[in-house]
Amino acid sequence: MSILEVKDLAKCFGVTEVLKDISFSLAEGESLAIIGSSGSGKTTLLRCLNFLERPDKGYISVRDRVLYDSDAPASLSEKDIRKNRLHFGLVFQSFNLFPQYTALENVVLAKQLLFKEEPGYKKNKKAINEQIQAEGKALLDQVGLENKRDLYPHQLSGGQQQRVAIARALALNPDVLCFDEPTSALDPELTGEVLKVIRGLAQKNTTMVIVTHEMQFAYDVADKVLFMDDGLVVEYGTPQEVFDKPSNERTKRFLERYRNAEN
Amino acid sequence: MTFLEVTLRLLEGFKITCLIFALTLIFSLPLGLVISFGSMSKFSPLRYLVKVFVWIIRGVPLMLQVFIVFYVPGFLFGAPVSSRFNAVIVAFAINYACYFSEIYRGGIESISHGQFEAGQVLGMTKGQIFFKVILLQVIKRILPPMSNEVITLVKDSALARVIIVVEILKVAEELMSTNAIIWPLFYTGVFYLIFVGVLTLFFNYIEKKMEYFKV
Ligand SMILES: Nc1ncnc2c1ncn2[C@@H]1O[C@H](COP(=O)(O)OP(=O)(O)OP(=O)(O)O)[C@@H](O)[C@H]1O
Ligand SMILES: [Mg+2]
Repeated sequence: MSILEVKDLAKCFGVTEVLKDISFSLAEGESLAIIGSSGSGKTTLLRCLNFLERPDKGYISVRDRVLYDSDAPASLSEKDIRKNRLHFGLVFQSFNLFPQYTALENVVLAKQLLFKEEPGYKKNKKAINEQIQAEGKALLDQVGLENKRDLYPHQLSGGQQQRVAIARALALNPDVLCFDEPTSALDPELTGEVLKVIRGLAQKNTTMVIVTHEMQFAYDVADKVLFMDDGLVVEYGTPQEVFDKPSNERTKRFLERYRNAEN
Repeated sequence: MTFLEVTLRLLEGFKITCLIFALTLIFSLPLGLVISFGSMSKFSPLRYLVKVFVWIIRGVPLMLQVFIVFYVPGFLFGAPVSSRFNAVIVAFAINYACYFSEIYRGGIESISHGQFEAGQVLGMTKGQIFFKVILLQVIKRILPPMSNEVITLVKDSALARVIIVVEILKVAEELMSTNAIIWPLFYTGVFYLIFVGVLTLFFNYIEKKMEYFKV
């Protein structure tokens, strides 16, 4: 049973077709690594999933709920879009933590705001807030930051900031957690700690879409790998299929370049 | 006139100076925010209209604007502005709102787009993103230019005297012409300096308060 279904997704910016025809599906608990050269549209794809960009064409559903379908166009209100977004989480390349909040506050803020809109909030305010705080702390524990809760983003290293960002994205229990090159903004010695957290999530069967340039990591962690080039899905399969015996010339060339760069 | 008498007279004028200062801020700070949203609107006719308006207000001397607000309604509608003081407040509030709007706009646009997007992907509303995420960062960013503007306002308030609103400098001028003494005029400087000194301390305090985070 697939949890995420993407069909024929297309997106242009002006005359540049960034996504031409993207289709894939993802089963619950699986992690999908998306690889591809710079400018192939990986970020744009994640942004479409998170409704930061509006696709021009295609279909997106999560748990059989249609979130976007260009064949049955419905003008989405801001409220609908917000609801759609909650199916997804997104971890940015540049963390984007809120600087004026502590690590813990960053993690719990959105959830607090969400609960304030609930009808029964006023009555159970205290209990709800305690619950949210406890969950936030547990998430920070999970990413190995139990003693950094009360520090502000500028007091944390890049790797720690990214781990807070992961905890923040997890706080809303998204169906699909997306990562956009979560380690590219980090010094090499800090990538390990972040990859370790993502690895841990994969072991706990978190459904994830991970755009990454870390090929070894994709090979080890992902259940499926998707190679994108020029707005198209060129290759899709298990890591063994894509990395060890790619069928497409373009995939071969891309992987070749990586191997050369690494050696 | 004794020193005490002069001080008391000047204090009366200073009260008006403070009132002009406070009322101008009360009206222009929020009005500036509205104007800044207009100047960032996605609806281009509105955006251009607002930009032209800001250009005019910032391009014309404040003194002239005070005259215009005071006299023009009388010319046009035969309904002169009844209160000189109100005319000053209206002119000042609009003028300062335009300056503030540009400071706000600069501040808001300087916040990385990633902050808005991080809020969006967490399901926050536009209002929540603005008030819970962006605003404090903007305030921290714009504090230095705002303190400049606010300190300028203290001294600009003296322009009210051109339509005979009796603020502190006007009082000093009156004392000068009726009593043939000039020192009260210089003495007003002390009032301004103390006022600006207090404001400077206030802004330093706020800046200190916001040192706990970096933007
Ligand atoms: N808002 C935009 N307006 C115009 N063009 C855009 C916009 N966003 C992305 N593009 C273009 O779309 C193409 C794909 O960009 P995208 O960021 O999705 O690539 P990417 O695969 O994530 O690349 P990278 O590996 O460098 O992050 C690029 O050519 C880029 O210039
Ligand atoms: Mg990218």
